Amino acid sequence: MDDDVLVLGGEKFGSRLIMGTGGAPSLEVLDRALVASGTELTTVAMRRLDPAAQGSVLDVLRARDIRVLPNTAGCFTAGEAVLTARLAREALGTDWVKLEVIADERTLLPDPIETFDAAERLVADGFTVLPYIGDDPILARRLEQAGCAAVMPLGAPIGSGLGVRNPHNIELIVESAQVPVILDAGIGTASDAALAMELGCDAVLLATAVTRARRPELMAAAMRDAVSAGRRARLAGRIPRRHYAEASSPARDRSDPKSQ
Amino acid sequence: MRVTINGSGHELPEGASVAHAVLALTGRTRGVAVAVNDEVVRRGAWDSTALADGDRIEVLTAVQGG
Repeated sequence: MDDDVLVLGGEKFGSRLIMGTGGAPSLEVLDRALVASGTELTTVAMRRLDPAAQGSVLDVLRARDIRVLPNTAGCFTAGEAVLTARLAREALGTDWVKLEVIADERTLLPDPIETFDAAERLVADGFTVLPYIGDDPILARRLEQAGCAAVMPLGAPIGSGLGVRNPHNIELIVESAQVPVILDAGIGTASDAALAMELGCDAVLLATAVTRARRPELMAAAMRDAVSAGRRARLAGRIPRRHYAEASSPARDRSDPKSQ
Repeated sequence: MRVTINGSGHELPEGASVAHAVLALTGRTRGVAVAVNDEVVRRGAWDSTALADGDRIEVLTAVQGG
C-alpha cells in the first residue's frame, strides 16, 4: 500500500485525506487535528488582513510541512473567484486553487455556470484548478475537458454532515473521470468518508466533520483510518451483493446422526 | 489623497505607493497580496505603483477556511 500514492496536478501525495481549516476553535486544536489526520494538503481561505489577528494558519501549515491549497470560498461570481485565485497565487506562491463559486448563502451550493466560466479563465491563466461542484457527471466531464486537474463533487451541502446523498452519481463521475475525483463537502462521520473511497473517489476533502466534532483530534484520526480503509476496500474489490445467503462453510462432510 | 483600504477610508500623502498603503495596515509582507481597483499588484511592484485619489485597495491574507 505504500506505493498507492495520489497523483494530483503532477504532485504525489501519500495521504488521500485533504483537510479544510474552517471551524476550528483555535489554531492549537487545528494543529493537533491536522497532525492526527495525516493530511499533506490543506485548504485556506483568502480574507482581508486583520492587523489585530494573533498567529496565522499559514504558520501552522508551514511548521507541519503541509502543502497549502487556497480556495475561493465566499465568491459568488466567476470574476470574484478569478481575482481571489490571483491574489492567493501572489500571497502564497502557489498556482493551485480550490475553485468554489457558490450560488447563495442558504444552500452554499456551487453555481455551475459561474464555476465553469471561472475554471476556463483560470486554466488559461496557468492555474491548477480543483473545482468544487454538485454531483453532476456531465459538469464533471466538461470541467475535465476544460483542463481542470481534478473534479470535486459534493456528497451533501457544506457543513451539513449528511454524507454521500447520491452514491450513484458519484460512481458515474468516477467511472468516466480521467482526473482524480475528490469527494468534497457533506462528510459527517468516518463511515461517510469510507463510503466515498469505496465508491472509487481518489480522495476526500473535509473540514467541519473534524473541526466541529466534540473531540477534533480523535475525529481526525478516525477520518484518516476511514479514508485508508475505504481506499483499501476499493482496491481489494467488494463481493457482489446477493439476494439470498451463501454459506461460507463447506456444505459437504457434515456429521450426519441419521447415518450412524 | 483619500483612498479606501479594506473598506475603510484612509488619508495618504500625495505620491503614496501601494507599499505605503500596506504599511498603513501592517508591517507584514509575507503571505500578503494586494489588489488595487480589482487588479493584482505584484509584490515587486508595490514600491513603484503610485496610488490615485479614490483608489480601492484590498490587502488580503490566508485565514482558516474551507
